[in-house]
Amino acid sequence: MPAAESSVLAMLVLLPAAAGTALLVAGRHADRAAGSVAAAATITVTGLAVVAADIRPAVSAPFVRTVDSGAFALAVDGLSAAMLVMLGLTSLAVVAFGTVDLPADAARARFFGFLLLFVAAMSVTVTATTLPALLLGWEVMGAMSYALIGFHWRTPGTVRAGTTAFVTTRSADTGLYIAAGAVLAGSGTLGLDALSGMDNGWRHVAAAGILVAAFGKSAQLPFSGWLSAAMQGPSPVSALLHSATMVAAGGYLLLRALPLLEITAWAATTTAWVGAVTALVLGAVACAQSDLKQALAASTAAQIGFVVLAAGAGASAGGLGHLLAHAGVKAGLFVAVGAWLTALGTSGSAGQRGAGRRYPAMGTAAALGCAVLAGVPPLGLWATKDEVLAGVDGAALHITALAAGVLAAVYAGRILATVLGPPSPAGALHTEEPGTLRVPGGAVAVATGLIVGAGGLGVVAVPAVADAVKDLLDAPGEPAPSASMMVLSGALAVGALTATLARPRRITELDRTVLARWAALPRLLSARPVAAVARFAAAVDDHGIDRAARRVGAGVRRLAGRIGAADGAADRLVHDVAGSVQLAATTAATGDVTRVDRVVRGVASTLRAIGESARRPQSGLLHQYYATAAAGLGALFLLLLVVR
Amino acid sequence: MLTVVVFLPAAVAVLLLAIPRIPDRLCPHVWVAAAALDVVLVGWLWWRYADEEAGGGIAFEARLDWIPTVEAGYHVGVDGVSLPLIAMSAVLFLACAVWSVRERQRPRTYAALFLFLQTVCLGAFAALDLILFFVFFDLSIVAMYFVIAGWGHGDRRRSALKFFLYTFLGSLALLVGFIGLFLGADERTFDMVALAADPPLRDSPLAAGLVLLAIGLGLAIKTPVFPFHTWLPDAHTDAPAPGSAILAGVLLKLGTYGFARIAMPMLPEAWERWAMVVVIVGVVSAIWGALVALAQTDAKRMIAYTSVNHMGYVLLALGAVGLAGQADTDAGAVAAVGAIVQMVSHGLLTGALFLLSGVLWTRGRTHEFSQWGGLARPAPVFAACLAVAAFGALGLPGLSGFIAEFQIFAGAIQAAPVPAIIAVSGIVITAGLFLLALQRLLTGDTAIPARVPVRAGAGARRFDDGDGDDGGEDRGRSENRTGPMPDLSRWEVGAVVPLLALSVLIGVAPRALLNVVEPAATTLASVFGG
Repeated sequence: MPAAESSVLAMLVLLPAAAGTALLVAGRHADRAAGSVAAAATITVTGLAVVAADIRPAVSAPFVRTVDSGAFALAVDGLSAAMLVMLGLTSLAVVAFGTVDLPADAARARFFGFLLLFVAAMSVTVTATTLPALLLGWEVMGAMSYALIGFHWRTPGTVRAGTTAFVTTRSADTGLYIAAGAVLAGSGTLGLDALSGMDNGWRHVAAAGILVAAFGKSAQLPFSGWLSAAMQGPSPVSALLHSATMVAAGGYLLLRALPLLEITAWAATTTAWVGAVTALVLGAVACAQSDLKQALAASTAAQIGFVVLAAGAGASAGGLGHLLAHAGVKAGLFVAVGAWLTALGTSGSAGQRGAGRRYPAMGTAAALGCAVLAGVPPLGLWATKDEVLAGVDGAALHITALAAGVLAAVYAGRILATVLGPPSPAGALHTEEPGTLRVPGGAVAVATGLIVGAGGLGVVAVPAVADAVKDLLDAPGEPAPSASMMVLSGALAVGALTATLARPRRITELDRTVLARWAALPRLLSARPVAAVARFAAAVDDHGIDRAARRVGAGVRRLAGRIGAADGAADRLVHDVAGSVQLAATTAATGDVTRVDRVVRGVASTLRAIGESARRPQSGLLHQYYATAAAGLGALFLLLLVVR
Repeated sequence: MLTVVVFLPAAVAVLLLAIPRIPDRLCPHVWVAAAALDVVLVGWLWWRYADEEAGGGIAFEARLDWIPTVEAGYHVGVDGVSLPLIAMSAVLFLACAVWSVRERQRPRTYAALFLFLQTVCLGAFAALDLILFFVFFDLSIVAMYFVIAGWGHGDRRRSALKFFLYTFLGSLALLVGFIGLFLGADERTFDMVALAADPPLRDSPLAAGLVLLAIGLGLAIKTPVFPFHTWLPDAHTDAPAPGSAILAGVLLKLGTYGFARIAMPMLPEAWERWAMVVVIVGVVSAIWGALVALAQTDAKRMIAYTSVNHMGYVLLALGAVGLAGQADTDAGAVAAVGAIVQMVSHGLLTGALFLLSGVLWTRGRTHEFSQWGGLARPAPVFAACLAVAAFGALGLPGLSGFIAEFQIFAGAIQAAPVPAIIAVSGIVITAGLFLLALQRLLTGDTAIPARVPVRAGAGARRFDDGDGDDGGEDRGRSENRTGPMPDLSRWEVGAVVPLLALSVLIGVAPRALLNVVEPAATTLASVFGG
C-alpha cells in the first residue's frame, strides 16, 4: 500500500484524535476555539472519508508480533467506506448543532474534545481488520460515551447514567475479549478475516462472544436498558450516540461478521430472532413513552433491531441501508427535539406539544422525519426495511418483523401527534431548565439536511440502486423484495400512522403499563446483586480469612510465650549456677587469694554474662523472637549445607 | 554498570546519614537527584540493551564470588523480564521522591530509607543468584516495615507488624524452597542461570512438587493471592502514600517476578503439572479481589484490593503458559507477554492511584468515600489525573492496562477456557468499582472533611529532628492555606503525571516495551514447548 494512501486513513483517525486530545488538555482556555476546531476536524474527516471510499487505503501500527495479524490494522472496504462517509456527515452535522445548542458558558473544549475522540474511536471500529484494533475502537468509544453522557456532571444522576451505560456495554464487551481469545486459539491469528475460516469448536465460542458484544453495544435485548439512562446526556450527544456511533457499532459488527454467521447456523438464527424481538418489544416500549427523548431512544433500539435481523438473515445490503437511513433520521429528530428542549426547557410531551406549530420550519423537518421513521413510502426506512424482510426466511420471523414495522408507525404517529398538536400552555414549559424560546436557524438546517438525506435513501427501492449497494458489499446474490411485499408493508405503515394520528389519545393509555418503564429492562441492569455478593465477600474477607490468619498468628504468639517462659526458666538456671559458683568462689577466696580465685571469678562472670545475654532476646516483642528464630533456622540450613 | 544502578541509591543513603552537614530540608532534594540519576542510568541500560545482550537474552552481567562453599555468588544481569521491571521501579521511586519533597517528618531518615529500599528492590530484580535474590527480597520487607511503622498513620505499628510477620513467613518458605532447589540440582549451585539451564529434580516429581509448593507459598504471600492477601489492605491503609505506591508498585512484583524468574524455568515439569492450580488461584484472586474492592468504603483499601485483582490476572497468565505448553506455545507467549506488561502497567497505574489517594490524606486525613464529594469542582487537575488513572486501571485501550489484559485474556483462553472466561468478567467489576469511586469522590455536592491542621505551610520551615513521629498530629500552621481543597501542587503533578504519561505511551505505542519483553516471554513460554 503506497504511503500516500495509507496516510489518508491514518489521518482520518489521528486527526480527530489529536484535535480532541489537544482540546481536552487545553481545557477551558480552548472553549472559544473548540467549536471551530471540531468543525474543521469533522469537515476534514468527511473529506478524507470520501477519498478513502474511493482509494480504499489500509494502514497498520504494530502491537503483538508473536502471532499473525496481531497489529492494530485498519482498512477500508465497501461496508466501512459507507460507514465512514455516514460517520463524517453525521458528526459534522452534530458538531454544527452543538455549536448553536450548547450554552455560551459550557465547557465546550471538554465537550468537543470527547466528541472528536468518540468519532475517532468509531472510525477505528468500522475500519478495523484485526481484533486488537476493533477492541481499541470499541472500548474507547464506550468510555467516550461515558464522558459525554456525564458531561453535565454537576447535575445529579448524569454520571450515574454514564456509569450504567459504560458498565452495561462493557459487560457485553467481554464477549469481544473472549472472541479474540477464541480466534487466537482456533486460527493462531488475531485477524477478523479468520473468524469465518475456523473449522473447530472455537468458531462457536467466537460467534457467541461477538453476538454478546454486538447486542450490548446496540442496546438489543436484554441489554436495552442502558439506552434509557443515556438520555441524561446533552442532546447533541444523543444525536450522535443514536445514529452513527455506539448503537450503530453493534449492527455494523454483525454485518461485518456475516460470513461467520452464515456458517454458524445457531448464531444466525439467534441474531435474527434477537433483532426481531427487540424491534417488537422496544417498538412497544417506544409507543408507551410520553417523553419525546425516551420515545426516540426506545425506537433506536427497535430500528437497530431490524439491522440485527438483517445480519441474521444474511441481508447485508438491507442492513447497511437501514443503518444509514436510520442514522440520518434519528440524528435529525434528536436535533429537532434537542433544539425544542433548549427553546422550551422541557422534553416532556406536555411541554413539547405543539412545538412544531410554534417553530414551523423545524416542525416540517420533524414531520418528515416521523414519516420516514414510520416507514411511509417512498421514503428511506420503508425501502430498506423491505430489503431486510426480503432476506428473512420463516413465517414466524416474518410476521414478528412486520408487526414491529407496524409499531414503528404507531410510535412515529404518537410523536407526530405530539409535536403537531395544539400548543401547550406556558405552565408546562421550562420544567427542566430555563428555555431560550428560540430555535436557531443552524439547527433547522442541520435537522432538515439529515432527515432529507435519510428520506432520500428511499431510492434503494429502485432495483438498480439496490444492486449497486449489493455490489459495494460484494453480495450480489442477496434477494430483492417483491413488489407485493413492498406495497403491503407500505400500506401497513400508512394505515397504522393514520390510525394513530386519528386517535392519538388511545395510545397514551399504554403510559400506565410496564412498557412505560421500558418493560422493566433497566432493572435487569441493577448492580444490586453484585453489590450484595461483594459485601458478602468483603465480610468473609475481614471476618473469615483475615481472622483465620490472625488466629494462626495468635497461636504462634502463644507458642512463643511458652518458649519465652522456658527460656526464662533456663535463664534462671544459668543464674543459679552462676550464683552458686560465685558463692563457691567467695568461699574459696576467704581461704586462698591466688590464681584459683581469679579463674573462678572469671568463670563466674562469664557465666553471668551468658545468662544476661540469654535473657536479652526475651524482649517480649514477637517479631524479634520471630527474627531470631528465622535467623537460627537460616543458619542451621547453611550449616547443613556447608557440612554436606 | 548494572551494579552502579543498583547500589547508587544505597550509596547516596549512606552519604545522607554520614554527612549531617547536609541540612534536613535539602535531603529530599538529594533524594530526588539520586533517583533521577538512577532513572537516567536505567534509560541508558534500556538504550544499550539490544546491543549488549548476545543471543542469550541476558545483558550487563556481573559476577563475584561470595559464598563459594555453596556456589552462591554476586551474580546480576538483566533480560527482557527484569529490565522493564527495573525501569518501572526506578521511575516509580523517582515519582515517590518528587512526591515527598515536602515531607517534614524526619526527612533525612525517610530519604535514606527509601533510597535503601530502592537498592534492594532493583537488586532483587537484577539478581541472578537465589541467595542474592533472597537477601534483597528479605531486606525489602525490613525496609518497608520501617516505612510503615515510622511514617504511617492509623494503627500503623500493628499493620506493619502484620505485614512483616506475614511476608517474612513467606520468605522463610521461599528459603526452604531455594535450598530444595540447591539440593536437587546435579551441580550444587544457587546460580539462577545454571539452574534454569539444567532444571533440578527432573526425575522426582514428588520432591519437585514439594519444592514448588514451598516457593509458590512464599511468592503467593508476597504477590499476594487469595487467601494470603489479608495483610495487604491493612498495610496499605496505614502506610504513607509513597510507601503504598512502592509496596503495590514494586514489592508485589517481587512475588510475580519470582514466579516467572524462578518457579517456572527452574521447575518446568512441576509447573506444568500444577499449572491448573495456579490458574484457579489466579482467577479466584482476580474475582475475589474485584468483588471485595467493590464493597470497600475506604478509597485506599479499595485500591489495595484491586491489586489482588490485577495480580490474579498475572497468575492466570503464567499458569496458562504452563498449560499452553502442551498445545500451542504461540498463545502461551502472548499470555506471558501480557503477564509481564501487566506487572509494569500495574506498577505505574497503581503507583499513581496510591499517590492520588495520598492527596486525600494530606487534605483531609481520611480516605473514607463518605467524607468526600464533588472534588472535580475545587480540584479539576486532581479529578482529571484520578480519572485517567482509574480508566487505565480498568483496562481502557490507549493505556497500558489494556495492552496487558488483552494479551492475558487472548493468550489464556486456549489453555484454560473456562477460568479465563470467568476472569474476563472481572474487568466488568473493576470498571464498575472505579467508576463508582469516581462518582463518589468527584461528583455530587462538594464535601471536604473537617481538617486537622496539615503539615505543610509555615511549619514547613521548622527543623524536625525526629521526635514527632505521630502521623495524625502536627505542628504546622494551616491558616495560610487558600482553600479547603487545594488542587494538586506542582510537586504532586510532577510525581503523578509522568506515571500516567508513561502508561499512555505504552498504551498507544506498545512496541517500545514489547520489543524488549517479547523475546524473553517467548523464551519463557518455550520452556513448556512439549
